[in-house]
Amino acid sequence: MDNGKDILLSVQDLKVYFHLNQRLAQAVDGVSYEVRKGETVCLVGESGCGKTVSALTTLGLIPQPPGEIAGGQVLFKGQNLLDLGDDEMQKIRGNHIAMVFQEPMTSLNPVFTVGDQVQEAIMVHEKVSKTELRQRSVQLLEDVGLPAPEERLADYPHQLSGGQRQRVMIAMALACNPEVVIADEPTTALDVTIQAQILNLFGELQRERDLSLLYITHDLGVVANIADRIYIMYAGIIVEQGSAPEIFHDPRHPYTQGLLASLPNRAKRGARLHSIPGTVPDPAYKPGGCPFHPRCNLAIETCQSRFPEMCDYGNGHQSRCPVLYDGNG
Amino acid sequence: MATRADARCCMMATGEGYNLDMEQMEQAGNIVLKVEGLKKHFPVRRGFFQRVMGSIQAVDGVDFDIEAGKTLGLVGESGCGKSTVSRLILKLLEPDEGKVIFQGQDISGLSQNQMKPLRKEMQIIFQDPYGSLNPRMTIGESIEEGLRTLGVKGQAERKARVEKLLEMVGISASAAYRYPHEFSGGQRQRIGIARALSVDPSLIVCDEPVSALDVSIQAQIINLLKDLQTQLGLSYLFIAHDLHVVGYVSDTVAVMYLGHIMEYAPADELYDKPLHPYTLALLSAVPVPEPDKRCELKALSGDVPSPLDPLPGCRFQGRCPLVEERCREDEIKFYQAGENHRVRCWKVIAG
Repeated sequence: MDNGKDILLSVQDLKVYFHLNQRLAQAVDGVSYEVRKGETVCLVGESGCGKTVSALTTLGLIPQPPGEIAGGQVLFKGQNLLDLGDDEMQKIRGNHIAMVFQEPMTSLNPVFTVGDQVQEAIMVHEKVSKTELRQRSVQLLEDVGLPAPEERLADYPHQLSGGQRQRVMIAMALACNPEVVIADEPTTALDVTIQAQILNLFGELQRERDLSLLYITHDLGVVANIADRIYIMYAGIIVEQGSAPEIFHDPRHPYTQGLLASLPNRAKRGARLHSIPGTVPDPAYKPGGCPFHPRCNLAIETCQSRFPEMCDYGNGHQSRCPVLYDGNG
Repeated sequence: MATRADARCCMMATGEGYNLDMEQMEQAGNIVLKVEGLKKHFPVRRGFFQRVMGSIQAVDGVDFDIEAGKTLGLVGESGCGKSTVSRLILKLLEPDEGKVIFQGQDISGLSQNQMKPLRKEMQIIFQDPYGSLNPRMTIGESIEEGLRTLGVKGQAERKARVEKLLEMVGISASAAYRYPHEFSGGQRQRIGIARALSVDPSLIVCDEPVSALDVSIQAQIINLLKDLQTQLGLSYLFIAHDLHVVGYVSDTVAVMYLGHIMEYAPADELYDKPLHPYTLALLSAVPVPEPDKRCELKALSGDVPSPLDPLPGCRFQGRCPLVEERCREDEIKFYQAGENHRVRCWKVIAG
């Protein structure tokens, strides 16, 4: 798997800043991650940690200004997407890398039918006849498990349930056979039984089409079920990365350890839940040194001033906590 | 930290009759809230003359009780009627049928005026703490409002009480002079809790109190709610859709589906020995944070059907893997499946 040729999408030292009134929000501050062929990669973090911004940047969807890409590269099959103009980027978007958003109701246009929207996704990239267009959209809707797809084409988004709308969003993302799908919290707004349906659907599609999936979420239960590799983000940086078993069984960053320990379940009933004190810092007022140090129970003096380097535990398992790595930072 | 008893004393010193209901409370044993056959149907009007075309059976015969100092968890998917139940209990909605017995007193027939002394006994914490705090009022004013309504006269006394409440929920007293937008989601939820506690309630309805919060903050709020429960002897009706959270906080759990309670059991029993096919489906659909136990999640087919004029028979018939002819015809009773364990499925009972 460590073959460099397998890497489809590689984000390197990406920095995305936002210029607010006299303040600079360093939303993404030196983030690197890779997505290989056929793999599911999870970007995990709490709200405001920069996971969505880093994903939107890969598709060139950050408005500039107020946004500014202050450094780094987004390599898709070796080509830096940040160098591309709008027209060239349009050919990548949807064709090679597609996106599924969290809230299907706000991402679908309420005044167009489902058919119009799925067909538009195809038409933007390909010249096809009307009959073929119709056939392909029906096929797509069938692939994502929408019941009676022929009839659904004439439906408006409000006529569908939340789960069905998300299936339509996935159909649109798949319209041009992309190699990478970025899914930004696609099941957060859904009920558990529907979430299970959508997660299973992603699994099936991935097996059938050899898709690579970059899945953004804060739900560690979902992550444990689908991830091959995991990146844990905090305050604009990646604090730990590794395979799913390593992250869940052998976490090497106090933040990851804290997150896992603070998950409630029935087995912990009666005992106090571990909780990480304090709150996630505002991206415009991040603490110096290690951004996690004000909330960390292991913090020592050097953590306040020195930015932590990635410490390597082998097999791609890395963590930004020198204190846990060698005891004295 | 203040205990509920000294909080009560401090309130009694204001001359209000805060010791009411103590006798009634003893009569009712340790059951704080008893709900019997609760029903709420919302008529659906359509057409030029706004004729009633049907009804949404949001809550259709719900029974449960909550013991003093205990937590009842109410779980279900969106649209199952769990929030309507909470509004009915607080009399923010009038039930069509059924009784809400609070501390031995049936409150379903009471007028707004008669309800007033009981309002302070039952409070609610909402899901979105930002939407439920007035952005133009300081935190202090928001919390004081309840005290003022109850007639706590002295300004200095109210102020002292507000400071004490803020301290109880882990926020510095200076927060009283700031506005809601200055706080993070977790802090706002703490403020929501302080406001609910301001009138010294015995029952708090928590309507998805941690759903909108991040994992690390969620644990803080859950711990706070647990601590307050031990200190003040509060009872909670904890409404949530996250089965992990409900399993952690609840003593008893009720699983709701389309206006019916499908299963009702002590938390341990419900999670270890779920009986109803819907409970089973819910539990197996929740992803467990354990990469080794990874398996295809058992997903129920279909969506939650509309509560508008549901079919006769079992509410779950359309998605149930065990469905039979009888499920579509008979009214399904709420069977006793063990001590304190009830289930609305005849097949499970028949074996």
